[in-house]
Order: sequence, then C-alpha cells, then structure tokens
Amino acid sequence: MNIAAVSGSLNALAIGAAAIGPGVGIGLVFAAYIQSTARQPESARMTQPFMWLGFALIEALALFGIAFSFVFD
Amino acid sequence: MTGEVIVRAAEIPFPPSVEDFFPPSLIEGTGPWLTKFTLLLWVAVALIIIFFAVAYRDPKLVPSRLQWMAESVYGFARDNIAKDMIGPEGLRFAPYLATLFCFILVNNLFGIVPGIQISPNSHIAFPAILAVISWVLFVSVGIRHFGFVPYFKKSLILPAPWFIQPLLIPIEFVSTFLVRPFTLAVRLFANMFAGHVILLVFTLGGFALLNADALLAPVSVLSWVLAILLTGLEALVALLQAFIFTVLTSSYVQGALAEEH
Repeated sequence: MNIAAVSGSLNALAIGAAAIGPGVGIGLVFAAYIQSTARQPESARMTQPFMWLGFALIEALALFGIAFSFVFD
Repeated sequence: MTGEVIVRAAEIPFPPSVEDFFPPSLIEGTGPWLTKFTLLLWVAVALIIIFFAVAYRDPKLVPSRLQWMAESVYGFARDNIAKDMIGPEGLRFAPYLATLFCFILVNNLFGIVPGIQISPNSHIAFPAILAVISWVLFVSVGIRHFGFVPYFKKSLILPAPWFIQPLLIPIEFVSTFLVRPFTLAVRLFANMFAGHVILLVFTLGGFALLNADALLAPVSVLSWVLAILLTGLEALVALLQAFIFTVLTSSYVQGALAEEH
C-alpha cells in the first residue's frame, strides 16, 4: 500500500520550478528601473529600451520551460 | 435550460492539449494547406495594407484622425525603435521594423479577438520564419558594413587574453548566431502559445466546474470572470511581444553595425 503516492503531470511541477529564476530576475530588472527612474527621472526614456531588453531575455527562460514541458510531454 | 448547459458542458474535453492548436482544414479533403492560420495570415496582411493605403490616400499637412493614427504607428517604429536603438543610421531600417511591428501586432491580436481567438504566432513555424528574416538581416548588414572576414572576426574574437579564446569563440558563436534567432522565435511562440492555453484553461475549466458537482458550480462564474480579465492581460502581452521582437531585431542590427563591443 502506498501512503504517499502522488500522481499527475511532472511537467506542471517543472514549469513552476522553471519560473523561480526568471521571477526573481524580472523583479530585479523592474526594481532597478524604478530605482534609477526615481533617482534620475530624466534618464527614464534613455534606459527604457534596455529594461525591455533585459526583461525579454530573462522572460525567455521561463517560456522555454513552458515550451519544453509541452514538447517532451 | 440548466440541464442543457450541463449536458453541453459534459462534451467539452477539459485539460486543453496541443491538439487544440490544430484546427481542421477549412475545405474538406485538401489537407493542411488551407487552415484557419493560413487565412488569418492573409487577413493580417490585407488589413495592414488597406489600413495604410486608406490612411495615406489623401495626405494632408494637418492630418485627419486616420492619417494621424497611421503616422503615429510608423513614427513609433521610426523614432522610438529605429532611432533610439540603432542611432541616426537606423532610419533606413525603419520601414522593415515598422512592417515587422505591425505584422506581429495584428497577428498577436487575433489571439483575443472574439470568434477568432487564436494567433497564427502560436505555431512555431510563423515566428521561426520571422526570426530567420531578422537573422539574415543583421548578419548581412554586418557583412556589408565590415566585409565577410572582418565582420566574423569582430563578432567572434573579443579583446581578451589568448588562452581564454578557445573557450570564448565557441560561446560567442553559439550566442550570436544560433541562440539569437532561436530565442527570438521561441519567445514569441511561447508567449502566444501559453496565452492561448491559459485562456483555454479558464474558459473550459468553467465548464468542467459546472459539470463537477453542485458545490463547485458557482465557482465556474469566477473562472469565466478570470478568463475575461486574462484576455485584457493578453492584449498587453500581444503589444509587448510585438514591441520586444522589433526592439531585439534593431538591437541585433545595432550590434552588427557597432565598431567595438
């Protein structure tokens, strides 16, 4: 008899695990942007493209988790 | 009435799967050559052409509302993306960037238009081709600007001690010429794919809850409210992903044109 049997898709767990790192990373990106804008409001337009770049590069990691968990189903 | 809804709900398969992304052919028996995606792609192209053609049919110094809209879309791609990311010489890429932005945006927005509600970009083939076009663009721009060998020398050999180069050159090659187009394609694809799956989970989940038992049935309303709210979020994601694809393309072009790292 199995007392602690767990059934379901391991892929769902993998997405959760894959989201940890990018979650922290995206938080850092936006925190840094808010901080820099608060300190130097006139630099907001200048740094905005770099914020989106960093956001996109980090977000890709979380999205790989989603894509691969479907691919290797 | 309620009984009918519950019977209908029982027919809806609950956990959405990858099969939901393969709608049947529009014409019976023609195979996969004319599906919803093919049609949507042509509709997107037609919409963009008609929009800009009508807006610029009779251009005035004081623009009409439609002309102003078209001008602000192009102005956004020209000033905020091409000029800001690449610099003054980026202006010659503005037409390509504006086209890319509009095409991806319209295709993404199909994901939330009621009645269509799937984006062609949720199939990897379409973002992959767009990424390949951007890849060919930035590599050929670099080669034309520097010449074949100097361009690869510039992008592969960084100023570093010689003993680290055997490690550095393969890393630079993979990250610049392989990972860039791959991430460009997968980012757009996965966003649209995940967005569609999320909307499916909440919409179909509502039916599954309605069908489960009497206690859970009221929760289905919450599920549908969430589906509507998430549609708003998807609108934001559609805009953001079109913007990011264009910004990354222009950033890669800028990297290919830059003198130094």
